[in-house]
Amino acid sequence: MAYLELEGIAKQFGAQTVVDDFSLAVGKGEFISFLGPSGCGKTTTLQMIAGFLDPTRGAIRLEGKDLTAIHPAKRGLGIVFQSYALFPHMTAAENVAFGLEMRNVPRGERTERVRAALAMVGLAGYEDRHPRRMSGGQQQRVALARALVIKPSVLLLDEPLSNLDAKLREEMQIELRQIQRTIGTTTILVTHDQNEAMSLSDRIVVMSQGRIEQIGTPQETYEKPASAFVSQFLGKTNDFAATIDRTSAPARLIAGSWSAPAPAGLSGAVTVSIRPERIGFGDAGLTAKIVTRIFQGNHWLFQCDSECGPATVIRQNDGERQPAEGETVRLAWRPEDMSVRGEAAA
Amino acid sequence: MSTAAEERGVRAPWALTAPALMLFVGVLLIPLAMTVMLSFHDWGQYKGIEPVFILKNWYEIVTDPYYAEMFWRTFRIALLTTLLTAVLGAPEAYILNRMSGRWKSVFLLVVLGPLLISVVARTLGWALLFGGNNGLVNKLLMSAGVIRAPIPFMFTETGMVVALAHVMMPFMVLSVWAALQRLDPQIENAALSLGAGPVTIIRRIIMPQIMPGVLSGAIIVFSLSASAFATPAIIGGRRLKVAATLAYDEFLNTLNWPLGAAVATLLLAALVLIVVGSNALIERRYAEVFR
Ligand SMILES: Nc1ncnc2c1ncn2[C@@H]1O[C@H](COP(=O)(O)OP(=O)(O)OP(=O)(O)O)[C@@H](O)[C@H]1O
Ligand SMILES: [Mg+2]
Repeated sequence: MAYLELEGIAKQFGAQTVVDDFSLAVGKGEFISFLGPSGCGKTTTLQMIAGFLDPTRGAIRLEGKDLTAIHPAKRGLGIVFQSYALFPHMTAAENVAFGLEMRNVPRGERTERVRAALAMVGLAGYEDRHPRRMSGGQQQRVALARALVIKPSVLLLDEPLSNLDAKLREEMQIELRQIQRTIGTTTILVTHDQNEAMSLSDRIVVMSQGRIEQIGTPQETYEKPASAFVSQFLGKTNDFAATIDRTSAPARLIAGSWSAPAPAGLSGAVTVSIRPERIGFGDAGLTAKIVTRIFQGNHWLFQCDSECGPATVIRQNDGERQPAEGETVRLAWRPEDMSVRGEAAA
Repeated sequence: MSTAAEERGVRAPWALTAPALMLFVGVLLIPLAMTVMLSFHDWGQYKGIEPVFILKNWYEIVTDPYYAEMFWRTFRIALLTTLLTAVLGAPEAYILNRMSGRWKSVFLLVVLGPLLISVVARTLGWALLFGGNNGLVNKLLMSAGVIRAPIPFMFTETGMVVALAHVMMPFMVLSVWAALQRLDPQIENAALSLGAGPVTIIRRIIMPQIMPGVLSGAIIVFSLSASAFATPAIIGGRRLKVAATLAYDEFLNTLNWPLGAAVATLLLAALVLIVVGSNALIERRYAEVFR
């Protein structure tokens, strides 16, 4: 049975529907990311779980119990805010201890747990520092320790890493994942960074304009995007207009001068999408002319002008000779590397 | 860099600030120095002011218990006014800050209202409500049988504190408001998610963070109340004097300028000491937390 269940959640502000028909079942110990562009309703959904906002429709259940009936102070969830929202007048240790104080944990046990929590996030020895005198990364760790020390049933993270610089963000991602694996807390992370979502989560919920576009593992959402939005949002992709010809036998999928046996089900005008790194240069396939060639260290990036419109190709720098700018090439890919959607390309 | 340019570099700031500096020296420092000097001059009913150096005025102020009482009253009234504005103004600012859009601007205008009305008109308003047997509120309450005698307001310290607090409220509210603006908008949610109730949130999270705002508001209100003239003059008249009204009387009624100057100088010195001292204390106390 699902641990945390959102069923048909919707939120309206006045006439504006910000989240609609949001259903999700989270397993115990799972790491879920809400991924989507700014303003798609990620924070709103998270705040409904936290209890700061009431859903207009729908139900939220934790271990089968209705969560919306419980006051936010009694839900026992751990939350890390985008701005951290640390208490500036308290030291790191006092910040972390606050939740335990509210739970009337005896002083001795409290000190011990605060010390353990700060040590877990790598801040042993920083007990008496005030937040204003800590770096962004350190503040972020205090916020994490403060949320985890109360042993929350679910950990909610609202873009906790977006205020950090790229290098620190990567370090914190690894650390966050390790901590989550170790203590096994069910976690929901809000982010608009697709790399972050992919490297951290068990499953990703891709959102757009308040609706779920796709729920799946990082590989699924990357390799089998359910919609044009998902394929565009998760990394670079090539969308080619294609047709499925069922008049010939066996039926074929045709994109320019590239063709393959047609998949079952669809027919007529379709869109195929292929990741740039899955396209190779071959003797047969889509005819294209290389417009620009950019060297990027471990790989080459090609912008091509193909029969089916612009195409991006990425080739590993494996020492082989690569085609030069202006050269005419044929683009080919394995049928299992593409995803086919029954919608005409935009 | 050449020496000429260097010289110009040194002179430029002086040249640029010269006009403001001259105004400052001309209208503030020189009169102030003259007032201090005046307080050491002699004065007699028939001889007028004599430019000599004597300590007569200062001796009189220090020894005559009348002045001690009057200064005590001045600072007592200022302190009570400060407490009243803090107790009412801090919650007022908090509530105001939580209001949404339109109501916020309406009530902000209500709070700032006293600043837009002349002190005299505003204080006379209080007098109309509570002034003796003819005061509107007194009349109403008496005819309703709630009270038998009119509530004493005019010529009382309570009246002065209430009227002063009314005037000073905007300074406190704005100062606390500024502190509230610096709060993280999610800070209450953070405390809530950790299990804190509304009272705990206000006591443990909000109050400590707006305290610097309350204290700086208190310094403003205290110094303005201790040196206020119009309100004490109307409510207290000649019967209940504070330092400012006493200095005024000495200058314009008794014509004993040197004594008036001594009172004014002492008030200024005491205020500067109190304000600078408490400011230093506050800064030391909160330096660790608020840069
Ligand atoms: N209190 C509110 N009243 C009215 N509209 C709101 C309110 N809060 C959020 N919205 C709207 O709801 C939409 C979604 O907001 P939300 O904060 O959930 O976005 P988000 O996905 O978290 O975006 P971001 O990545 O920028 O944080 C936005 O269009 C926003 O304008
Ligand atoms: Mg957000």
